[in-house]
Amino acid sequence: MDFLSTLISGLSLGSIYALIALGYTMVYGIAKMLNFAHGDIIMVAAFTVYVFATVLKLPAAATIPLAVLFCMLLGVTIERIAYKPLRKAPPLSVLITAIGVSYFLQNLALLIFGSNQKSFPKIINIPALKLGQLTIKGESIATLSVSIVIMLALTLFISRSKMGKAMRAVSEDKEAAELMGINVNQTISVTFAIGSALAVAAGVFYGATYNFIGPYTGSMPGIKAFVAAVFGGIGSIPGAMLGGILLGVIENLSKAYISTELSDAIVFAVLIIILYVKPTGLLGRKTNEKV
Amino acid sequence: MKKKIVFKEKYISYLIIVVMFAAAVVMIRTGTASRKLQSWLVPICINIILAVSLNLTVGFLGELTLGHAGFMSVGAYAGCIFSQAVQNVMPAAVRFPLAILVGGLSAALFSVIIGVPVLRLKGDYLAIVTLAFGEIVKSIIINLNITGGAAGLRGTPQDSNYIWAFALTLVTVVVITNLTESGQGRAIKAIRDNRIAAEASGIDVTYYRLMAFVIAAFFAGVAGVLYGHNYSITSAGTFDYNKSIEILVLVVLGGLGSIRGSIIAATLLYILPEVLRDLQDYRMIIYSVVLILIMIINSSEQFSSVKELLDIRKAFRKLFSEKQKGEALNDQE
Repeated sequence: MDFLSTLISGLSLGSIYALIALGYTMVYGIAKMLNFAHGDIIMVAAFTVYVFATVLKLPAAATIPLAVLFCMLLGVTIERIAYKPLRKAPPLSVLITAIGVSYFLQNLALLIFGSNQKSFPKIINIPALKLGQLTIKGESIATLSVSIVIMLALTLFISRSKMGKAMRAVSEDKEAAELMGINVNQTISVTFAIGSALAVAAGVFYGATYNFIGPYTGSMPGIKAFVAAVFGGIGSIPGAMLGGILLGVIENLSKAYISTELSDAIVFAVLIIILYVKPTGLLGRKTNEKV
Repeated sequence: MKKKIVFKEKYISYLIIVVMFAAAVVMIRTGTASRKLQSWLVPICINIILAVSLNLTVGFLGELTLGHAGFMSVGAYAGCIFSQAVQNVMPAAVRFPLAILVGGLSAALFSVIIGVPVLRLKGDYLAIVTLAFGEIVKSIIINLNITGGAAGLRGTPQDSNYIWAFALTLVTVVVITNLTESGQGRAIKAIRDNRIAAEASGIDVTYYRLMAFVIAAFFAGVAGVLYGHNYSITSAGTFDYNKSIEILVLVVLGGLGSIRGSIIAATLLYILPEVLRDLQDYRMIIYSVVLILIMIINSSEQFSSVKELLDIRKAFRKLFSEKQKGEALNDQE
């Protein structure tokens, strides 16, 4: 029973990672950049929910759509101001700009909210589920079910809708997509908006699971989600989901059975082993080198 | 003519370090350097060593690695533990150079262990694996007893001073500059420019990639030893991926493959947040905005006119060419 409940909380943590990793992998696939600031969008999302729910005392049903809207706008604005001028710059310059944005968001939050951790409002009120000896926390149920719905919707959106098709086309070949009449800038903006919306979901579940948020809340889950995206093969959407969930499960199992302090080291060691065996990640496409 | 220019470029880097050192000596001897300014010297040197050595892998080899802080921490802990062990046996003048060797070599050893399996990966995969390596090193150090655990390692003799720091910086810059100009360096740059062509020309790609990786790690270890002997506590938390990213920022800002650029960026980017310290809460915000602005102005097409205004080297060249009006310079352009 212990094993099962560890597994379920691992799945729930893993789906949070998967939601974040999706943002990484989609932006990487389309803009070919590692958006290091993505983890901090989660923190911003959590704080937006905190402001709406705790400070302004809005009902939970209004809080989340407002936070989604705010973060989508934020994501698109960041892309417009900081990343768009660098579309043709070398990837490392874009990476450093993203790091700058990440510092900016963290320190802005630090300035506004201070370094003390804030308690995250209880907006998920689902009673724990008891199956015999097994208890599943309400947060886990909400995280798992909502994540599954989001991931299904996203998969459908990418594979069926016109915008999804455009996104796939841009990630395959930007120039060719442009020649086919696809508005590349708009597609990139939509990708950032979707990534940020997913980050809100991740931020809410993360806050609900750990109860406390601070200016640096986003950075560790952000980096782990980045690992998860690479784990599954960066640029691959099913890969990000699989990578995120596996990462969460491995982390929780090693916390429960091996060592709490070493759980991060174990997660990273597993990543190194996987990449050693499969250098492009679990579901990554193998690219042939052309001479 | 051409050879002369190459020599000039190289000596400017050395000159910057020597001038900085001379300025430091003069200011300390005449007592004009405040305590605060004096405390900046060693960290600036550490920054320069880290940036120049990371430039070897990122700028010259063309591989993004995010584990430089990991090698730094291996060096720091190895050097500090060594110094503590021999503290009562050897005088500081013997102990410290040995500690530096121990630190550098252990970092190099780790880089061989991690490099052999990992260097077959490319691009972002290599970046994430080196990041993972740094985090593993951090977790393990926190969980060991010999390293003082999460509280940090105390009681290291504070052997490092600005003279040692400048000497080691100069050694790093000389070694890496000369390496990049040697045959091995050209092989490394050839791999960066076109791996397949380099391989076809008979360059042992794996060997040279590992070589650049190990040398960079060695100097990161040296920087770690300097760091560990400069502060009373060495804690593993300092050497996380944020530290690696900080070093990467220096390298990219200074210019990939430009050692002089790394030196200047490492110095300025240490001083900038320190000078802004009076602004307290706003300082990191200003720092991040400056970072974003520099990157945008530096690499965006829209701002190329602004960049030209700021380009000192070009302004100098213009001045020079107007004076000379010689044909030789026209040929160069």
